[in-house]
Amino acid sequence: MNLSIKVGLGSCGLAAGAGEVYDAIEKYLAENKLNINLQKTACIGLCFEEPLMEIIANGEKSITYGQVTAAQIGDLIEAFQIGKPIPENVVLSNFMVASENENLQKQKRIVLRNCGIINPQSIEDYLARDGYKALEKSLKLERKEIIDEMKNSGLRGRGGAGFPTGLKWEFAYNAQNDKKYIVCNADEGDPGAFMDRSVLEGDPHSVIEGMIIGAFAIGADEGYIYCRAEYPLAIRHLKKAIVDAEAEGFLGDNILGTNFKFKLHIKEGAGAFVCGEETALMASIEGERGMPRIRPPFPAQSGLWSKPTNINNVETLANIAWIILNGASEYKKYGTEDSPGTKVFALAGKIKNSGLIEVPMGIPLKDVIYGVGGGMKTEKPFKGVQLGGPSGGCVPASLLDTTVDYASINKTGAIMGSGGMVVMDTGTCMVDVAKFFLDFTQKESCGKCTFCRIGTKRMLEILTKITEGKGKIEDLQKLEELSENIIKGSLCGLGQTAPNPVLTTMKYFKEEYLEHIKEKKCSAGVCVALQKYEIIADKCIGCTVCAKKCPVNAISGEVKKVHFINQTECIKCGICFDVCKFNAINKS
Amino acid sequence: MNNQKAIDGIIAKYNGKKGALIPLLQEVQEIDRYLSKDAMRYVSEKTDVKLAQIYGVATFYTMFRLKPQGKHIIRICKGTACHVSDANSILKQLRETLQLEGDEDTTKNGIFTLMEVACLGCCSLAPVMMINDDTFGKLVPESISEILKKYK
Repeated sequence: MNLSIKVGLGSCGLAAGAGEVYDAIEKYLAENKLNINLQKTACIGLCFEEPLMEIIANGEKSITYGQVTAAQIGDLIEAFQIGKPIPENVVLSNFMVASENENLQKQKRIVLRNCGIINPQSIEDYLARDGYKALEKSLKLERKEIIDEMKNSGLRGRGGAGFPTGLKWEFAYNAQNDKKYIVCNADEGDPGAFMDRSVLEGDPHSVIEGMIIGAFAIGADEGYIYCRAEYPLAIRHLKKAIVDAEAEGFLGDNILGTNFKFKLHIKEGAGAFVCGEETALMASIEGERGMPRIRPPFPAQSGLWSKPTNINNVETLANIAWIILNGASEYKKYGTEDSPGTKVFALAGKIKNSGLIEVPMGIPLKDVIYGVGGGMKTEKPFKGVQLGGPSGGCVPASLLDTTVDYASINKTGAIMGSGGMVVMDTGTCMVDVAKFFLDFTQKESCGKCTFCRIGTKRMLEILTKITEGKGKIEDLQKLEELSENIIKGSLCGLGQTAPNPVLTTMKYFKEEYLEHIKEKKCSAGVCVALQKYEIIADKCIGCTVCAKKCPVNAISGEVKKVHFINQTECIKCGICFDVCKFNAINKS
Repeated sequence: MNNQKAIDGIIAKYNGKKGALIPLLQEVQEIDRYLSKDAMRYVSEKTDVKLAQIYGVATFYTMFRLKPQGKHIIRICKGTACHVSDANSILKQLRETLQLEGDEDTTKNGIFTLMEVACLGCCSLAPVMMINDDTFGKLVPESISEILKKYK
């Protein structure tokens, strides 16, 4: 039996301890002089089960183990070799008994076709799975033919707005200039989204190949990948991939013996959410403050250094090679008329199977959450799912039949966005969530447009007031007015979409706002200022610990007598609740 | 200023390259782990980029730090998934363990600097923090002091 072992070493795996697992396997194989091929791979998407180890026999039959610890390694490998049964709790999918994991079954992996399978740092691995074949094919086509194929595929930009990729390429193709650029937007800043990180870490060549094909089609000879600096592993893998692709002749002069040349650079971001907006991103590449510019002129006419520029998102680019190889009509077999293909989502929050998934467009939200996602993590029931990060909105349980495509999601008031899905249960306060996003956009507003700069600040102040129980009923009206004006008065997507989290929560969870304002109550128990700490007289033995620990001396009482919390002085820090050994403090 | 030689080297490396200001400042920052006023002034003199522009860029991006930093940087994730998984309790625990008061972000002994960041992209392991380049997930307040012990 020819055995090989793969360990997922993406950021999530490493954070869960996959590095130690890998070292332990290496040591075990050396000590026992086993001739087993040990390979590194990246994220397969089952992040909730990290660290992951896969043992493969003869290159086909395999068993995947989840939540592996270094101590288990020896037992697991030995059990596999002699065919001994293994504890079920560590087995995720056993391809030997053909009971494939349900999480993986409902998915269709186009973008993630290689993630978790190949070693992302090995160009040979990529080549072995038809890597750079699409480039070879493209270079034999007319440039216009490639653009037509993209238009036929119906692929829409996966960064959030969903603009047709083929059309975007055509604009850049039609622009007359001796110099053009292609840019990959890898500044994935939406909190709660990690699709692009996983693709860059797990399959960097697919993005690079997509860029080279795009560059050839529009007539660009230079490109940039703008990657946020918070993703050090992705940057490392990209750098290696570019060097390897250059060495193999896929980048540089005379690519694959033609006279097409293309040079690719990496630009590290420096921490500014607004740089995910295309014109701000270009300003940042040019070394300026990342502030959006007025459009028109659009980047396709005047972009980077005033040259025609085409900007695509990571996931969009990872689709390209697959479409070229398999054809637009094959691609359109997945998804809907209006939104063909698949979409990668990052599932997070209170969901059981958090991680990365790729599903055909048009699948209902509830299938994503309860099918692929495995439902809720705890016993608390589902409350809402946040789509599209700070630009998106919260979709309530009543709308879980909504299908995942651009038009249907827009109808709910949320947006498809880049693909972050944060699931919330009844322990989440929606006013607090809205406040959280406004706090984010308010900090990240670049300050160029007045409404975005000051309006978001005013909205945050109102929301803070409401979460502190100081809100008034007319504040809701003010929030709506401000929202309307911020949407109208902002130049870029950051401001135009900043009010979405507030508008959708006010639409679907209005009773929560009213509860905070009228009853000064937060049912979820999240808003600190609305919590009330009281001493349960029956349980208090008068040990004085709480009184001593209270930072504002709000607790009074004599030794061995029932204590009392002065509510006007209490700052709701919760220290008394934490230190009481007799459960004599009630938090409500 | 005693870093002139190192800064000269970095400036020479980026000389004539377009759009180089951000990577240049990033490298200069690596020397002292923050951008001092002197360093920015020196870069301005040597590159003919106006000091206002350098300061403008340095204050725009969160990765540029204008105050001396601790030896290890702790980035606590305040992204959506971490927020709903109670990242605030981790932050509270960190501030307590590091004995940071008020607006302080660097410990008195200069070992740690604590930063809040938007999203580290490890949402499935929320709540998450990074110390330098190492990521720690599924945190509970009780795990903090053990993790910090590894860094001195």
